[in-house]
Formats: sequence, structure tokens, C-alpha cells
Amino acid sequence: MIKKTVANIQEACEGVSSSMTFMFGGFGLSGIPENAIGYLSSLDISDLTCISNNAGVDDFGLGLLLQRKQIKKMISSYVGENAEFERQMLSGELDVELIPQGTLAERCRAAQAGFPAFYTPAGYGTEVAIGKEARDFDGKMHILESAFNADFGFIKAWKGDEVGNLIFKGTARNFNPNMCGAAKITVVEVEELLPAGSLDPNQIHIPGIFVQRIFQGEKFEKRIEQRTTRPRS
Amino acid sequence: MIGLDKNGIAKRIAKEVKDRYYVNLGIGIPTLVANYVRNDISVEFQSENGVLGMGPFPFEGEEDADIINAGKQTITTLDGASFFDSALSFSMIRGKHVDLTILGAMEVSQNGDIANWKIPGKMVKGMGGAMDLVASAENIIVAMMHTNRAGESKLLSKCSLPITGVQCVKKVVTNLAVLDVTQNGFTLVERAPGVSVDQIRQSTAGELHIPAHVPEMQLD
Repeated sequence: MIKKTVANIQEACEGVSSSMTFMFGGFGLSGIPENAIGYLSSLDISDLTCISNNAGVDDFGLGLLLQRKQIKKMISSYVGENAEFERQMLSGELDVELIPQGTLAERCRAAQAGFPAFYTPAGYGTEVAIGKEARDFDGKMHILESAFNADFGFIKAWKGDEVGNLIFKGTARNFNPNMCGAAKITVVEVEELLPAGSLDPNQIHIPGIFVQRIFQGEKFEKRIEQRTTRPRS
Repeated sequence: MIGLDKNGIAKRIAKEVKDRYYVNLGIGIPTLVANYVRNDISVEFQSENGVLGMGPFPFEGEEDADIINAGKQTITTLDGASFFDSALSFSMIRGKHVDLTILGAMEVSQNGDIANWKIPGKMVKGMGGAMDLVASAENIIVAMMHTNRAGESKLLSKCSLPITGVQCVKKVVTNLAVLDVTQNGFTLVERAPGVSVDQIRQSTAGELHIPAHVPEMQLD
């Protein structure tokens, strides 16, 4: 049994420094590693490159790192929810690389799976394809996209055990499993950290081999971005 | 405004949703389509953030931050639903397992190019999953208003905004008309109730082929 548990967030983030590349799981505010983000925003590190589908909102999620101007470059697919982000981008303070969402997921998965690159039809003929190799497969054009190369991956899972096996919940799963093992060090925060043997091996979404550090998050606010309901009649 | 409202557009597009279809709905008007699909057919809605078998919005007090759609709205799931990661979600899309994609657009050109992710210098929200969807889906319907807020046509000979995908749109449903994208440019298929062929011609900047008979849309 190879244990991955660390005592706290400080230990989980040991080794982070300025100019590194970080991956963050989450879609919108759902399934984001909010404990890690909160802690990173309290550190004196900057010039970060952040890979995340979205950029949080002004006062939550990656918006916290943006507010403190810790991010030099964002690699995302959709950033429409964050006014500070838009301001920094349009003023040129923030470098932004927008890429198709499926390409973002696959660049994570490729890094996890040991593929240096892959061809995808997404983005062919658009700005996204500029400077990339294009190739015809069976009469359809594709572009070559490369695997990410990141220093730390910050992941949020629902349940995990001390060897790093993970189970995700609902659509909070999103990019989290694809980012496990895709960076040099994968740091996972869970709502519930259990002893080895507590989770059914049949139900594990991500085996512990992809995880270096796991800890129980102190607090999960789980903010809802668009609260939509229907009447009870 | 003449012609249909957003719900009217959604109602007309719902008629294109067939039995046993897996359907991906974009943000905006496309989301409304789910409200008008016939209840005697079996359809499953896919959301690219990782759910198949999406249901209606939850009752108040039952919202779950861990169950949302691609528009970040709280949702519910139906019997038979499944959750999955983002890479698998785009395997469904890129691998052509999704039968129909309905999305919004800022512009569509007469050869089927679509622009919906960026207005240089003004608005940059990103493409989200749209580039993956339009590059792979074989059945793409665009839901949009026929003209923009300034009254200019959104159906053009060539897109003026940065494009999302090339030669991919097959059908466009607007507040004024249903149009197919063909080798002759836009072909007028149906008129919205109370809208004349002339009004559609005046609002369409791209090449428009008008058959001898253009029926009015049947919405019910």
C-alpha cells in the first residue's frame, strides 16, 4: 500500500513557485479545487501559466489569482464570466490562449496517457489552426495539437482514500480525471478522505497511481453560478 | 420585431429532433428546444460538461452545485442518465455519436461557415465546445435571429468575424425563416408565420435561392 496522504494544504502545495504551469480541474465553478486556489492566492508567487477550462468569477475560483495579478497566461476554452479577466486581457496585461474545449480535455489526457500529440478536426480553418501542422485523413482536414506540460495539477474529487483512489460526483467530474497524472505532481483535495479498503475497487474513477498528494479539503463553498429552478406545481 | 420570438424558433427546431436522437444543445435559444420536443419520442440530451440524460431544472431548494449544464445552470437528470469526464464527452462529439447539434451564431455564411466565439477588440468569451462540435457533427442546426441589433443581416456571403468552423452548417432557423445551406448558397425552405418572401430577401445578405413555392412554417 503506497500512501499519498498529506497533512494539510501547505504540505500539499510544497514546491510551488513563480513562473510554473498549473492545471486546475473544474467547469465553471463546479468541481474546482477551491482549497488549493484559496491557498495559492495567499502565496507570494506570480507569473503563473494556468490551464483551466474557465477562469472563475471575479471573487471566486481563479478570479482570486487574477485579482492579485498572479497569472501571466491563461489557457482556457471559455472565459465569459469574469469582468476582471476581460479587462486584463483587453488591456494586454494577461496573455490568453483560447482553445477548443475538446482539445483542452484531450491535451490533458494525452499528457496523462503519454501521447506527445494528436490530430483533431476542431479548429481547422480558424485562428486556432494558425502555425499548426494540418493534415488530411480520409478526406477531412485535421490539425496537430500537443500534450500539455505542467508542473502541478490541482484536482477536486468527491471521495478519495489514503492511496489516492478517487471517485467524482455528478458534473463536478469534468476535467478533473483527465488532469490526474497529466502534470509532474498531482494534488487532490477531497470532500471525504477514507482509509484504504473503504472504497469499492469496482467504483474507482481514477486509481491512486495518478496521484501524488491527497488531502481532505477544509471547506467547500461549492458556489452555484446560475441558480435555475422550476415551480413546484 | 417581425416573425418568431426565441421560443418560436425553438419550437420550430424541435420538429427536427427525431426519435432515438442523442442531441447536444448550445447555450441560449438552443436550450429552449428541450421544452418543445414531442413527448412521444425518445430523446437524450448531452451536455459537454459531462452528462447524458439531462432533465429539467430542479425544484427550488433541490439545486445541486455538482449537477449543472454547459451554461452553468443547475439541472436534474432523468432515469438512465450518466456522468462522465470531459475527454469522454468530446469522444461522443468528435466520434460522431451525437446525432444532432443545435447552436447559436453571430454569423453564418452561404457556404456553411459559422462565427460565434469572438468579436475582435470587443468581446472575447471563447469558443467553449463549439469548435469541436462544428468540426465533427454531421447534423448541425443554427438557431439565431435573422439580423443583429443594428438590423444587419447575419446570413452573409462571407463571415466578417473570426470563424468557428468551415462549411459545417446545414440548416439555419431564424425568426424569419428556415433555410438550408446548399451548393447554391442559402435555400429558402419555409417562411415564419406572417413573414413575406420579400422581407426575408431584404434581410439576407448572402446569396439566397428562392424556390417557386415557399410554405409557411407549421409550429404545432
